Amino acid sequence: MSTSTTTMDLSRTARTRIADTVVWVVLAGGAIFMLAPLLWMFSTSLKSQLEVFALPPVWIPEVPQWDTYVRMWDNSYILSGFANSAIVTFSVTILGTLTCSLAAFSIAKMRLPFRNTIFIGLLTGIMIPFPTLMIPQFVIFARIGWVDTLLPLIVPAIFGNIIVIFFLRQYLESVPNSLIEAAKIDGASFWQIFWRMIFPIIRPAIAAQFILWFMAVWNDYLAPILYLRTPERQTLQVVIASMNVQYATQRDYPLIMGASVVALLPIVVVFLIFQRQIIESIALTGSKG
Amino acid sequence: MTSTATPATAGLATAARRSGARRKSAPPGGGTSRLHRNEQKWALGFVALPVLGYLLFILYPVLFALYASLTRWNGLGAMEFIGLQNYANLLTDDRFHQSMWNTIFYLVGIPIGLAISLALALAMNRRLVGLTVFRTIYYIPVICSIAAVAILWQWAYNGDFGLVNQFLGLLGIDGPNWLADATWSKPAITLMMVWKGLGYSMLLYLAAIQAVPRSLMEAAELDGAGAWQRFRAITLPMVRPVTFFLVVTQIIASAQIFAEIQIMTPGGGPEYSTASAVFHIWRQAFQYQQMGYATAMAIVLGILIFIITLIQFRLNKRSSFVLD
Repeated sequence: MSTSTTTMDLSRTARTRIADTVVWVVLAGGAIFMLAPLLWMFSTSLKSQLEVFALPPVWIPEVPQWDTYVRMWDNSYILSGFANSAIVTFSVTILGTLTCSLAAFSIAKMRLPFRNTIFIGLLTGIMIPFPTLMIPQFVIFARIGWVDTLLPLIVPAIFGNIIVIFFLRQYLESVPNSLIEAAKIDGASFWQIFWRMIFPIIRPAIAAQFILWFMAVWNDYLAPILYLRTPERQTLQVVIASMNVQYATQRDYPLIMGASVVALLPIVVVFLIFQRQIIESIALTGSKG
Repeated sequence: MTSTATPATAGLATAARRSGARRKSAPPGGGTSRLHRNEQKWALGFVALPVLGYLLFILYPVLFALYASLTRWNGLGAMEFIGLQNYANLLTDDRFHQSMWNTIFYLVGIPIGLAISLALALAMNRRLVGLTVFRTIYYIPVICSIAAVAILWQWAYNGDFGLVNQFLGLLGIDGPNWLADATWSKPAITLMMVWKGLGYSMLLYLAAIQAVPRSLMEAAELDGAGAWQRFRAITLPMVRPVTFFLVVTQIIASAQIFAEIQIMTPGGGPEYSTASAVFHIWRQAFQYQQMGYATAMAIVLGILIFIITLIQFRLNKRSSFVLD
């Protein structure tokens, strides 16, 4: 495939063409290595119990057991897992993004008293890892009776994410002050300035952070496993991890793999749809870091 | 940025005239006029939630943790103050040492992953057919949830029926029972982490490489620089900030590895060979109710990570975190 297009490009030397072919083959080999575990997960989910433990291995099941994707919903908490993950992820990202953009606006563009103290104070928060905070946070939420609810996963995040604030502030630096001054002269309130002017301007940056934050919360495991005990209150990631423990003893690997496929599917589909934006967000965030 | 010296508007001038005498003692352009006070109120309102969140969910927990680490405490009962006893116990706790060593071992994956990602990024910088497809494929593991990935790889590392040993079997190699073998469990988890992280580093490298001016490369080529020389003299220095960013963020992330360990080796692996620092802390705190002791470990880990982050802030000139 690659040789046919490169031969048309006459300006290139034969050596480059050979190199391109070699590189392409290596990339393709690597791509197989990257995809194989995921494809194998899918193929395992369609195998019969016999085929799972067959030697030599079966790659494509003779009769695909689509039944796996039917029976996994019985006696499992996948559906409530989806609902809980969706509740946590949407409330955190939507409300949290609003908090963060207001804070970024205030820090970057308003006459904020003690601005440096506040900003540098917040930044010290980034340097403290969650594992150091998790025990005291757990005790705090245990005392107010929030253990085994989704609240400890949602409420702290609504107070904002410092990394997101930091990133949005950087982005706002490029917005000229004169724009805001003009709006003030026109008698706009700060809420109006934020909502009608700042928010639309920083929308690309917000979109970038929103996507990354969404995926991080959706895939989070440590905090949910600390707080959520009752199966029907667990998020999807915890649900599939418990299914992994439960069904491994029954050696029902098709079911475990099927549940993992179902858990991965929404985020992979979102990724494939918003691929360009997601990839740009990541490149942008990385270069700003 | 000159926040207090912005030109006074018509409204401001009136406000200033009204507050006549006071204005003389106030700093030029003063923050005391009514409009400024109004703006300050709004500004404080807009940052109120993050500041409150910081106090409630970071500062207070940190102070709480500092104290709790000096106590014997099961999380429910009274805290018994025992001074630095927990920290002293850490010095002779073999399991803690083992988990710290395991955590350091996992860092081996970082240089390996970065080298492969850089090579991939260089490959993707060529004009090849199907690049978008490749980029997508390499990136998919990054977006996959760690829980699903850990479940998948736990099964892939199964000694008898796992994908990894089936593949090795094709090459005539009789693979070990990876996760049940104290020698191979850590390399197995490291390999999985490399697989999952490749796409991310590759993407950042690709962005950095594409930012290298073409003219620079062409000039070097005209001067007779070979591919390797161009790589050493131009590409590598140009991607250095990205390398630095990736090294630091990945050290911070790897130092907190937990889900993989807890899912793939629920007991911490054979001879505790896979238990990471966070896994050990989690187990002591939430399975053995040694909250005071676990908090002391968490503080030690926190200080180490804090230092690494601080180094990043100090060295990375591009993260301008000082205003004005």
